[in-house]
Amino acid sequence: MAQLICQNLSVGYDSQTVLQDINFTVNPGDYLYIMGENGSGKSTLMKTILGLIPPIGGKIQTGDGLRGNEIGYLPQQTTAQKDFPASVREIVLSGCQGHCGLRPFYSKEEKRLAADSMERMGIGSLAGRSYRELSGGQQQRVLLARALCATRKMLLLDEPVSGLDPKAADKMYRLIDDLNQHDGITILMISHDISAAIRYASHILHVGETVFFGTEEQYRQVPQGRLFAAGKDGGRE
Amino acid sequence: MNAILEKLALYWSYPFVRYALTVGVLISLCSSLLGVTLVLKRFSFIGDGLSHVAFGAIAIASVLDIANEMPLVMIVTILSAILLLRTGQNTKIKGDAAIAMISVGAMAVGYLLMNLFSTSTNLAGDVCSTLFGSTSILTLSQTEVWLCIGMSFLVAAIFVLFYNKIFAVTFDEDFAKASGTKTGAYNLLIAVVIAIIIVLAMNLVGSLLISALVIFPALSAMQMFKSFRGVTLCAAILSVFCSLLGLLISILAGTPVGSTIVVVQIVVFFLSWLTAMILKIIR
Repeated sequence: MAQLICQNLSVGYDSQTVLQDINFTVNPGDYLYIMGENGSGKSTLMKTILGLIPPIGGKIQTGDGLRGNEIGYLPQQTTAQKDFPASVREIVLSGCQGHCGLRPFYSKEEKRLAADSMERMGIGSLAGRSYRELSGGQQQRVLLARALCATRKMLLLDEPVSGLDPKAADKMYRLIDDLNQHDGITILMISHDISAAIRYASHILHVGETVFFGTEEQYRQVPQGRLFAAGKDGGRE
Repeated sequence: MNAILEKLALYWSYPFVRYALTVGVLISLCSSLLGVTLVLKRFSFIGDGLSHVAFGAIAIASVLDIANEMPLVMIVTILSAILLLRTGQNTKIKGDAAIAMISVGAMAVGYLLMNLFSTSTNLAGDVCSTLFGSTSILTLSQTEVWLCIGMSFLVAAIFVLFYNKIFAVTFDEDFAKASGTKTGAYNLLIAVVIAIIIVLAMNLVGSLLISALVIFPALSAMQMFKSFRGVTLCAAILSVFCSLLGLLISILAGTPVGSTIVVVQIVVFFLSWLTAMILKIIR
């Protein structure tokens, strides 16, 4: 059974539609790349799936034991966060907040979960450091560790490698791939990186004037995929 | 030095001085707690906006001849705080514009009402002391002191119990909401607590200087500390220290309470900035 089904979904802000008639299905363990030009509504789509903004039309269904609030999220960084005085441990631990309900403090188990997630992302030694002193790649791994505290089922990542140098980006890609392969976490990722998509993705959703959804092999056969691959040649913006 | 101590001992025997110091410490503690959140959420000016609203409410209370104005002022300010934080998320009128609109409007209406209907013989003096809190901290009644103490403990308790949630909502509201935290409810809570703090703090520094009490300790602490907990604790300690020092100076030198406290805050801010610079060079 599918974890996430979007049917005739239209998304946008204030009843202004950015994207419409989106249909796709995500099964457990899928690795979906969401591609498209800037401003084509990828982030809006992601925020709608997360329930941050209401859909304008259509339906989003979750299934296979996945509840709406069991989706981890790696947002694009805001400027406010770049100089936020918080230690790595504090930020990762805040990923557990969703399970807390009205309980005011974190349990031992949640603290262990946070420590595990930090080890997993290779930032265990940075736990006491300040977030704003870290490099871009380290910051992204902190946020990924936080998302892992929130869920072990599905992660939505909004351009996780934008602004990273190639080495850091490569490390990020391998970490994410590992989460998908070994832990069976479903990944939905917004990206411009066609070469990474071809390397890692199981499915691709290309949004824009026409919408494509299919497996990575199918994508290479359709005009959009060929154009995208030829035009950008795997380069990032 | 001995003369100063003797003078202080003499003043300490007056109940109004003890009231002022107690209330000053509690209010500055509370106002610093949410300062960090407000600065980081880019809401530094909400204190200013709300205090203007509170000024308008006080004007209405005095026109209606209500003896105990605190409850009315509290309710009006809380409602405005909710309204302001709501519009902050809305897109039609942006957060800062909404704050400017509501605060200036309330101020104008308040002053107009006071001018038209006031029974007081010293209108300018009344307005001035509401704006700058020149003497009100020294004229608190026992009921007001107890109300301040109760409210301060309430604010501190709420902050401690919801500390982790306030952190989550401040650092990344989208993530918190997506992973199941009720961000709307906590934003509402933050708004209500801010409003309570503003109304309390008006007694200490008057409505024009409240932002200083909320913002300066947080900014000073952010220079020196790196974790949220460290910044929050440091802001609380700095705030209490500055208020105590400011109060003592103003009692000894006869300067206005509010502005003296703010000047001490400014000096402490520069000292923190210097400390941070020196630490950076040493490392």
